[in-house]
Amino acid sequence: MSSENAYYVPHDAKWPIIGSIGLMLFFCGFSAQLNNTPSASIVTMIGFLVLVYMMFGWFGEVIDESESGAYKSSEDASFRVGMIWFIFSEVMFFAAFFGALFYIRNFSVPWLGGDGSGAITNEYIWNGFEAMWPTNGPGEVGGQYEKMGAWGLPAINTLLLLSSGVTLTWAHWGLIANKRKQLIFGLILTVVLGIVFVGLQALEYSHGYHDLNLTMGTGVYGSTFYMLTGFHGFHVTVGAIMLTVMLVRSIKGHFTPENHFAFEATAWYWHFVDVVWLGLFVFVYWL
Amino acid sequence: MATVTDSLDDHHDHGPAKGLMRWVTTTNHKDIGTLYLIFALVMFMVGGAMAMVIRLELFQPGLQFVDPGFFNQMTTVHALVMIFGGVMPAFVGLANWMLPIMIGGPDMALPRMNNWSFWILPFAFAMLLGTFFMDGGAPAGGWTLYPPLVLQGGNGFPFMIFAIHMMGISSVMGAINVIVTILNMRAPGMTLMKMPLFVWTWFITAYLLIAVMPVLAGAVTMLLTDRFFDTTFFSAAGGGDPVLFQHIFWFFGHPEVYILILPAFGVISAIIPTFARKPLFGYSSMVYATSSIAFLSFIVWAHHMFTVGLPLQGELFFMYATMLIAVPTGVKVFNWISTMWKGSMTFETPMLFAIGFVIMFTIGGFSGLMLAIAPADFQYHDTYFVVAHFHYVLVTGAVYSIMASVYYWIPKWTGNMYSEKLGQWHFWLSTISVNVLFFPQHFLGLAGMPRRIPDYSVQFAEFNMWSSIGGFAFGLSQVFFCFIVYKTIKGGEKATDQVWEGAEGLEWTLSSPPPYHSFSTAPEIK
Amino acid sequence: MNKLKQLCAGGAALTFMSSIARADYGLNLPVGVTETSRQVYDLHMLILWVCVVIGVIVFGAMIYSMIYHRKSRGAVASQFHESMTAELVWTVIPFIILIVMAIPATTVLIDMHDSSEPDLQIKVTGYQWKWRYEYIGEDVDFFSTLDAASNEARRVGSDIDPATVDNYLLNVDKPLVIPVGKKVGFLLTASDVIHSWWVPDFGWKKDAIPGFINEAWVKVDEPGVYRGQCAELCGRDHGFMPIVVEVKSEADYATWLAEQKAGSTAEKTAVIEEIDPLELKNIGKKVYTANCVACHLQKGEGVAGIYPAITGSAIVTGDINQHVDLVMNGKPGTAMAAFKDQLSDTELAAIITYQRNSLGNKVGDAMQPIDIAALR
Repeated sequence: MSSENAYYVPHDAKWPIIGSIGLMLFFCGFSAQLNNTPSASIVTMIGFLVLVYMMFGWFGEVIDESESGAYKSSEDASFRVGMIWFIFSEVMFFAAFFGALFYIRNFSVPWLGGDGSGAITNEYIWNGFEAMWPTNGPGEVGGQYEKMGAWGLPAINTLLLLSSGVTLTWAHWGLIANKRKQLIFGLILTVVLGIVFVGLQALEYSHGYHDLNLTMGTGVYGSTFYMLTGFHGFHVTVGAIMLTVMLVRSIKGHFTPENHFAFEATAWYWHFVDVVWLGLFVFVYWL
Repeated sequence: MATVTDSLDDHHDHGPAKGLMRWVTTTNHKDIGTLYLIFALVMFMVGGAMAMVIRLELFQPGLQFVDPGFFNQMTTVHALVMIFGGVMPAFVGLANWMLPIMIGGPDMALPRMNNWSFWILPFAFAMLLGTFFMDGGAPAGGWTLYPPLVLQGGNGFPFMIFAIHMMGISSVMGAINVIVTILNMRAPGMTLMKMPLFVWTWFITAYLLIAVMPVLAGAVTMLLTDRFFDTTFFSAAGGGDPVLFQHIFWFFGHPEVYILILPAFGVISAIIPTFARKPLFGYSSMVYATSSIAFLSFIVWAHHMFTVGLPLQGELFFMYATMLIAVPTGVKVFNWISTMWKGSMTFETPMLFAIGFVIMFTIGGFSGLMLAIAPADFQYHDTYFVVAHFHYVLVTGAVYSIMASVYYWIPKWTGNMYSEKLGQWHFWLSTISVNVLFFPQHFLGLAGMPRRIPDYSVQFAEFNMWSSIGGFAFGLSQVFFCFIVYKTIKGGEKATDQVWEGAEGLEWTLSSPPPYHSFSTAPEIK
Repeated sequence: MNKLKQLCAGGAALTFMSSIARADYGLNLPVGVTETSRQVYDLHMLILWVCVVIGVIVFGAMIYSMIYHRKSRGAVASQFHESMTAELVWTVIPFIILIVMAIPATTVLIDMHDSSEPDLQIKVTGYQWKWRYEYIGEDVDFFSTLDAASNEARRVGSDIDPATVDNYLLNVDKPLVIPVGKKVGFLLTASDVIHSWWVPDFGWKKDAIPGFINEAWVKVDEPGVYRGQCAELCGRDHGFMPIVVEVKSEADYATWLAEQKAGSTAEKTAVIEEIDPLELKNIGKKVYTANCVACHLQKGEGVAGIYPAITGSAIVTGDINQHVDLVMNGKPGTAMAAFKDQLSDTELAAIITYQRNSLGNKVGDAMQPIDIAALR
């Protein structure tokens, strides 16, 4: 039995069941909050804390295993393939919302405006409504609003995210060349850029809600705008947290030029989030 | 990648831990497979009980037992439980048990995540079934969750949405695990085109899962925000469209149908050659047919929506694309029959279920082809004809293949032979009753009975009574099935390693039951 | 026993479908009464027979093999497992069959989509759980709900045998009336959730989607009464919103239309009279049974979480104006519909008065039709 070649199969995994309990508490608490059940937020909070505990524990265990050399090339390959398909599943999640945006802009709004097979709809139900984008629909749901411009904050955000991609790649070069300072400095830059991005997004939302009367309830424009940018912002936040973990691990001296899957996975994720933003910038803000 | 050990303390070989915690913390693919299968069986019974309530109320015209609101909850949750709790976990269980063995690998590639994929499910279904006890009851808008109706639900609504999210997380993790296992854990020499078809079909199924479960997650998230956060994705007043939901839902939903049936194709392609004592006919064409079905499944979704008022060009496109699916599906059926042709057949229970599958799944395929013809679908749509169609495909299709695989592999799993006599009884009871249950529903639908109604006009009484009688008999037959499984686990004639005379594949080279860690040395592949 | 025989005959081979279809219960799609429905029927029979023929060949081969190639008969397995020719044959032939089926299907579909130049148009709106018919350009607009006899019999524990009710669940209080031989265009929409308008004899169903209009049309050849049901799950009473269409000769239709117009003018110009509260309560009870029972239940207890109770309700026992407002305008996003258009002044006044003074409530005040009229 040569443990040299053995595929690492961990035993006695306690984190998954803790994760399941956390997930259920979190979702149940949140559902109950939506139903206005009193003090449900406590359950949500507990669930969230359990999830955080699970992540610290689970990832901590994996990091320890990795540092103790339990993983070899075959495990590494599993992680890589797994991460790629996880990112693909995220792509499909965003595809649902981009698909909705596409359908709304190309079908439902024009039909309501009397285009093609919608002529009768427009004549008998929404007389006088003209298709345009952005719109809050023939019912003018949410009242008067203003469009979110593309060339202010969003353009700056595009630059921020694009440069964060560059700084991350620069950090990666540092890691490969075993230049630890370049690695750490590059990561710090990337995290800072990410945080600034999220901050500016928050600023933009506050501008939308307070100055433009652009809310989630502003018809389909508000719905698609906040849903797409919101889920993207959430992913940036998660990515920034992942990067921060990588930063801490780098400072602690983890990773070698040959073996640093966690760093790479985080980088893939970050680039994916970057690409989604480009889609958003073009289809949500610009066109 | 030759041996399996726990590298942190590999001085002794690991057996299973003891007690309940063995099952909670296990990372062993066989343990997790068993958990999935038991869970699926329990859910099959829960969903079946709901079906019994439905058939009881429909036994005769007039409302006798339940009120219409509760009836709608029954139909809705019956579907969700059977699809997400019954068939899908059963196939994941089979995948867990068999994939690593079939490809000569040590375990699933990501064992800890494998545990989580399973252990999310009981909690997700606790949430879903918990909605029965909430104000407003369980979801009653149909498993297709069409807005605006689904938005009228009671307090159970957000719980259902998040339960679906959890099922989605579980499925995606499970699918990733399957793909990684197949790509990365094969024994040396096990090339892709040497893999058993069950491995192939699951490989393709896993891609479908990863591609569409997140889309469902997106769709139900939009439902949630439409109800609680003022968005108007599905409301015309805000510029949205209720039909938009149907597009997104069926973009998930149609591949989902193949998620439920492709692994079944794999199972049948393993069983028929075994009992015909003859190699599978057209292996590579089976692989290509499966791939084409998977590809086509992404461009046919709107055939579920022919009556929503799509533009003519749309209806024509989706009609043609849907009809095309008949070609690769036909190839599969022809290949199975050619495998039987000039074989040396015996008819043990797994083979009976496999043959039952081929015949009755094909009947479901025929009605599927009829439903694909858009102008005729305007008549069939949302009637009992559709109900008959998808139950032929899912019950006598997917569920029959699961039964076939249980009989086929349970001697391997437990080391005990099931009782052939009881197995045959189970097959004939199920097959007669299931046809009494679902065949008359074709006539009901054609004669004009809409689906999802708790009460009907008296002209439909006769067939409904037949259908209900068949339903109760089918339900009882499955209780009998549980008994057979229980009896086999408890004991019985010892099974040989080979189990079936004509069986080929790596699983038959292991002892029955196999050791806790399957291949401590990678097997040699001829 | 006779029926049983028919059943076996039909179930066994689907052979005598067309003759059995005329029995007192159907086995097959109705041929219907329009050109379209006949085309659809022919298409249906074509695919059915194609499937039957393929089925006989495929299953025949399979059964032959199961009989002759069994081990117990001493069959020895041959080992062939590939044939490019065979694969090609059974890919190409089905493909050709599909093309043959697609051609007529395409023609029929194009035909059905041609809703241009109708002789008259009717806007059909689905409500939870009734249909509304508006004759475009004519002053005729009414609701059509499940008839009282069926409505009575279908309650849980009603003890009424559905077989004793005429057209149980397939009858309405006021059917849609259309003329024979004219192209009638339907504009289908819904006010709350998605419904689907379906009369099997016309050969199609079409979804009624809130906020959008779908078009469809019929040209019926024979006068008569044709029945159908809502086909898309639309909530609690989805099974209880039938459709009845009376197709009349042109002359009869003209007479009917004139009567309806006269009726609606009379209604508009009628002097609204004061009605005794007791009388109002009696009318209210009927209105409640027809419109409110589905959700708020017989005794007004409702269903916790989705359908609030009427008994002891803060709104019903509170300010009467709020109560009136809720009933007239509904509550968006819930199943509570706006009854302003669905009920007359008298009916609205009656239902309010009834709810406030029955079902366990004793507020003591009443609403008069004239007050409702003022709120319109």
